[in-house]
Amino acid sequence: MSTPQPNRDGSALFAGPLAWTEDLTVRFGRRTVLDRVNIAVQPGEVVTLIGPNGAGKTTLVRAVLGLTAPDGGRVLRRPNLRIGYMPQRLSVDQTLPLTVRRFLALWRPVTADQVAAALEEAGVTRLADSAVQTISGGEMQRVLLARALLGEPDLLVLDEPDQAVDVHGQAELFNRIAQVRQRRGCGVLLVSHDLHTVMARTDRVICLNAHVCCSGRPEDVSRHPEYHALFGGHARDLAVYVHHHDHAHAEDGKVVHDHDGDCCHG
Amino acid sequence: MDEFVIRALLAGGGIALLAGPLGSFVVWRRMAYFGDTLSHSALLGVTLGFLLGVNPMIGVMVVCVSLALALVALQRRRHLAADTLLGILSHGSLSLGLVALAFLETLRVDLMAYLFGDILSVTDGDLMAIYGGGAVALTGLALLWRRLLAVTVDEDLARVEGMPVDALRLAFMLLIALVIAIAMKIVGILLITSLLIIPAAAARRFARTPEGMAALASVLGILAVIAGILASLNWDLPGGPSVVVAAAALFLLGSLVPLRR
Repeated sequence: MSTPQPNRDGSALFAGPLAWTEDLTVRFGRRTVLDRVNIAVQPGEVVTLIGPNGAGKTTLVRAVLGLTAPDGGRVLRRPNLRIGYMPQRLSVDQTLPLTVRRFLALWRPVTADQVAAALEEAGVTRLADSAVQTISGGEMQRVLLARALLGEPDLLVLDEPDQAVDVHGQAELFNRIAQVRQRRGCGVLLVSHDLHTVMARTDRVICLNAHVCCSGRPEDVSRHPEYHALFGGHARDLAVYVHHHDHAHAEDGKVVHDHDGDCCHG
Repeated sequence: MDEFVIRALLAGGGIALLAGPLGSFVVWRRMAYFGDTLSHSALLGVTLGFLLGVNPMIGVMVVCVSLALALVALQRRRHLAADTLLGILSHGSLSLGLVALAFLETLRVDLMAYLFGDILSVTDGDLMAIYGGGAVALTGLALLWRRLLAVTVDEDLARVEGMPVDALRLAFMLLIALVIAIAMKIVGILLITSLLIIPAAAARRFARTPEGMAALASVLGILAVIAGILASLNWDLPGGPSVVVAAAALFLLGSLVPLRR
């Protein structure tokens, strides 16, 4: 598996990663939430973080974003990397009168045309003049996508909402993101709680449980024993799912690069 | 109209104009109790000013900002909830101010004027402080407006976008401290927060944009000042409380108006 696979959009593979970590360690009190984690996101690549609750997925994303300081190791980014962040949820206080259009204009100086284009690309043009407090969780996700797009991101970082968005809306959102990736060639770092929706749309899966348990192409990871140890019954469902939906790849049976060899405590 | 009435209207109107946009932020950021705590500490600042022989307004600024910084430091430790900490600092600093004032027996200070304001004895110096300080505060607020709104909506997003979130929060606290310092003599330290939050709260139902809410809050605040001062003159009522009662009445009236949707 050391031969790099060409990305679907054929964007540059060898230009070096957009963002990466070197032995990243984060502790909350005495608990080590992240233990010498090494990940990298390449240009044009969709990387999905999976792992059980409390595995440190959100902490890892926050560290990459610069919101959580490492206790050990480093987080590195390409110089002048533009990150578009889509948080898990966003609730705006009821006391603040704010339309979607206005919300989008808060983060940097933008023109009305740019806002309109971002709304269009995220598929939420009809919400432009709605108050942000009145739109649904799924609509808010797309507004957050539009917000991220306004920054012309090189890297889209997305912490997937757990329950607020229905499965259909979620799949729709990922299709949008896949289109954005295709059109703009940006990298995507994604935290997933629902394995089914993302597996077919991701280039690389990183299975996290404080340390990196295993990583690789989705169909490889889904056959990896440590992955099964972590997800048990759900993993079997997923393996079936991948089998049905991923005809493009040959059965090579081989597993997982970047594997660091220690075991999971599933 | 008597000159002191005109000066009262100018002073109160100036403060209400400033309190509109700043008070809107206090409401959006849920900092009403924080504002109360800062203003309660102002008495300590006044005393400090007398003790050190500097302008009381400077004493108030210094004490307010120190308190705001102390609060940020205390919140980091997370042993106690924010409202408990605010309660301790608010009443602790007010009492400390009263006790310190009692030590200054040689000095005759009109305590009631500081607690509840004395809007009918505004001097030219007060007016200059209000319009000078107010111009500084409004300019600062206008320059930071978009970024302060972004931080109010979501601090993490603002941070990822590279905004200096901590500096913006500190700047906002400085603006509140400045307003407290210049409004103290007019409405009194116990009532300043009400002039910040009541007009803004009354404006919320009618606003579609942040700026609309801020502007309407200013207008409602000015109306409350006019009504309060006139009532105070007509019926010989205390000035500061009359203004606050007028603002509360406007809030009640506003919440009864049916909105078309």
